[in-house]
Amino acid sequence: MRKQKEKVRYSEIIPRTQQWPIVQLAKDRKAFIGEVTNESFDSLKTITRGRSLREELEMTVYREKLRMKANPWRVDPKDEKPFWKSIQDRLVDSATLPPAEAKEIEEGLLREIIHRYADEIAGNFKKNSYRFARAFITFGFARLLNATRVKGFTSLFSRQLDLDDKIQIVGEPEHIRALAKKGTVVMVPTHFSNLDSILIGWVIQFLGLPAFIYGAGLNLFNLKIFAYFMNSLGAYKVDRRKKNPVYLETLKTYSSMALRRGCHSLFFPGGTRSRSGQIEKALKLGLLSTTIEAQRIMYQQENAENKARKIFIVPVVINYNFTLEAPALINEHLKRTGQERYYKEADEFTTSYKIASFLFKFFTKGSNISVTIGKGMDILGNYVDMEGHSLDSTGAIIHPKDYFISQGEITVDHQREQEYVRILAKRIVEEYHKYNRVFASHLVAYTAFKMMERKNPKLDLYNLLRVPDEDAMIDYEEFKTAWKKLRKRILKLEKKGKVGVAEHMKEKANLAIEHGLANLGMYHAQRPLVKKGDKVIIQDMNTLYYYHNRMEGYGLEKHI
Amino acid sequence: MVSKSTSKYIGVIGAGSFGTAVANILAEKNQNVLLYARTPGKAASINETRTCNGYPIHDHIEATDDLEKVGKSCDVIFPIVPSANFREMMKDLSPYLKPYHILIHGTKGFDLNVNRDKIDDQNPLTREHVRTMSEVIKEESSVVRVGCLAGPNLAREISEKKPAATVVASHFDEVIRVGQTLLRNERFLIYGSNDLIGIELCGILKNIIAVGAGTIAGLGLGENAKALFISRGLVEMVQIGKALGGNAQAFLSLAGVGDLMATSYSSLSRNFTVGNRLAHGEDIKAIIDSMEEVAEGVKTIDIINELARTYRVRVPITETLHRIISNEMSVDDAHRYLMKFPFRAEIDME
Repeated sequence: MRKQKEKVRYSEIIPRTQQWPIVQLAKDRKAFIGEVTNESFDSLKTITRGRSLREELEMTVYREKLRMKANPWRVDPKDEKPFWKSIQDRLVDSATLPPAEAKEIEEGLLREIIHRYADEIAGNFKKNSYRFARAFITFGFARLLNATRVKGFTSLFSRQLDLDDKIQIVGEPEHIRALAKKGTVVMVPTHFSNLDSILIGWVIQFLGLPAFIYGAGLNLFNLKIFAYFMNSLGAYKVDRRKKNPVYLETLKTYSSMALRRGCHSLFFPGGTRSRSGQIEKALKLGLLSTTIEAQRIMYQQENAENKARKIFIVPVVINYNFTLEAPALINEHLKRTGQERYYKEADEFTTSYKIASFLFKFFTKGSNISVTIGKGMDILGNYVDMEGHSLDSTGAIIHPKDYFISQGEITVDHQREQEYVRILAKRIVEEYHKYNRVFASHLVAYTAFKMMERKNPKLDLYNLLRVPDEDAMIDYEEFKTAWKKLRKRILKLEKKGKVGVAEHMKEKANLAIEHGLANLGMYHAQRPLVKKGDKVIIQDMNTLYYYHNRMEGYGLEKHI
Repeated sequence: MVSKSTSKYIGVIGAGSFGTAVANILAEKNQNVLLYARTPGKAASINETRTCNGYPIHDHIEATDDLEKVGKSCDVIFPIVPSANFREMMKDLSPYLKPYHILIHGTKGFDLNVNRDKIDDQNPLTREHVRTMSEVIKEESSVVRVGCLAGPNLAREISEKKPAATVVASHFDEVIRVGQTLLRNERFLIYGSNDLIGIELCGILKNIIAVGAGTIAGLGLGENAKALFISRGLVEMVQIGKALGGNAQAFLSLAGVGDLMATSYSSLSRNFTVGNRLAHGEDIKAIIDSMEEVAEGVKTIDIINELARTYRVRVPITETLHRIISNEMSVDDAHRYLMKFPFRAEIDME
């Protein structure tokens, strides 16, 4: 008989999938797209931005044509070109009509465009394939894990190891479960790797939560295998190439209306994967703002029988020793001139083969992932208790509705809400830093890089990254002294609740450093840092810089 | 259950000369004003004599010593108390504040949230330890719609109904609108700004220069010297202000240059008076003890002197004034020293 160690198992909080808001939404897909179209249309009509509707349409057509030419993707629908051509023709034809007639045509075109966007954005959630994808991830990965870790191929059907041995969930999982019953949860994880989407999908089902909807970059749908998982995990599509106001408004309305229908949602508020390896500092405010708008609208619509559902924001921090795409990401970061350009997808997630081989490596070698579930907050970043009540800093209960009240009435003030988004974003970033778990690997990278900086005070970053091989080494004893000093500082921060620290960090310095060196970027062709004799040798400055960035923002540089 | 608000009153916390002046302006527009005074005696005397600090108060003003009443019956509150007591006052008021409240403060000083004994070379004073009043409000309560009042507003002149203008700064347009609606009248103009921290810093930092300008007046060095001093002082304000998170632009506004001029030229200014009396050889302690109201500048000199060291900003004026108030240098020597100081950089607006 095999002995299994005690494991936490979470029951599903709503066992009947029929009742999941996301299932209702998928059933209603057509009607929902209609509603989104109507609401986006109304708000776009009122927001003028100093342009006439005609100018707005001309601009949209122009940008879309430019995008189709400059940056076509495999997922783009075939009828795209004729569609925009037809819009353009009708726009041109109506230019000479009397204003009233022209206006009617313009509004019709606007509605057509919005409808197309809404249809493109809307997810294709299917209950059955959700079940399948879920089972596949849990079962399939677990089998792979057992096959390679336990006794070779014969143990393919062993139940000894599960995915949750590999992935540690820490933080406040009970809180998110309680909140998902009381209101609508918006999960906001950090974003380092494309793997995050699937990982989070697994976390959600592991915690027994109903499926979440989430915005996934349309580029991920280029890849068949991803597209399948995305669709089945409730993804809706976000196309970062489309930056025109009509698209952005439609996207925001989609998110806002889904929240109002009670769909738990997931945003990666950093927008894209962190290019520098640093924890997100500046969040994309667009989608985040829909949480505040949705909450306000729910308060406006509430009455004595129908109380407004509350929206809860739950930050989640994902920690890896290793980011598959690190070399490509950091190169992109370094090349970037500060402007957001159309970028070519040229990283390790381009072929299914590479992903498969990564997954295989991931499950066969011991490099853990930890996912920290943060404490739930309201839409202004106040913590909420298990009952979902917002608390102020003294622990007194406050009502988020009051944030929208002016002279006793709820008022609509977009500028005010914009400020609220900023406050919320700042709070999320604070929470990220707090829940970030320091691994020994992060700290060895940080120590080594900072020591190189100290040794070469005259070099700027770009020259430092190009330092010749013979200079790219550090005396081990010196390294250890510096590392220990930083660890002391980090443990102090941990005591103050400003950061998390992985257990292995508390072992003897030699052991912890060894652990860190062994895990730092372990699957890269070239390990960033290795120990040879009494030296620590830097083999790849760029990836070292990437992993070092993870520890920026804690004021550690003063202590080295 | 959401708390209903009753906007019967506009609140003013602090019955000093500026608080009283603001209460009078608010009351003039037919609003009922609740003026908070710290002691029951003072509140009662205001209600009885209908005067406060020697100024008559408007019929619509009611004085109280009950913070709970202020929190519960006012949606909009103007806290105007010395920076040294501000946090304590906020802690007392906080239980009665809700997120629907709007607070517009008029205090031009810093809050120090650290024990000065703990500050040394290992643990230097940083921006984290030093808070503006809007930051104190946000730290101590659930109120987010916060603003400040700043500008050349000598309380005596406002009470005498002379024309003036002020800046209401807030990240929220709503707060600026509310401030304008409540305060504007035919002799009181209200400008708006979204640079809350920048405008707060203007009001705080100009007090340093005002103390210095007072010493020049006290020594009788003349208008040329004073103009020289004030313009160099402005450069210093901008430089330290930028290090603390403000924008250079704010310092050119009514709340920056405007306020600096008024306080540096007026014997009605408390900070100017401190400098003036220092120049006449009085001891700093004796001056502070004899003043009825707080001159924020003295505390600010001390804080900025320390912060400038941490952030390596050159602040020759603040440093010299600091030596004067800590009795390390006479006012005379200080000015000789400053005349020799090699000022080089002009303001860098970037």
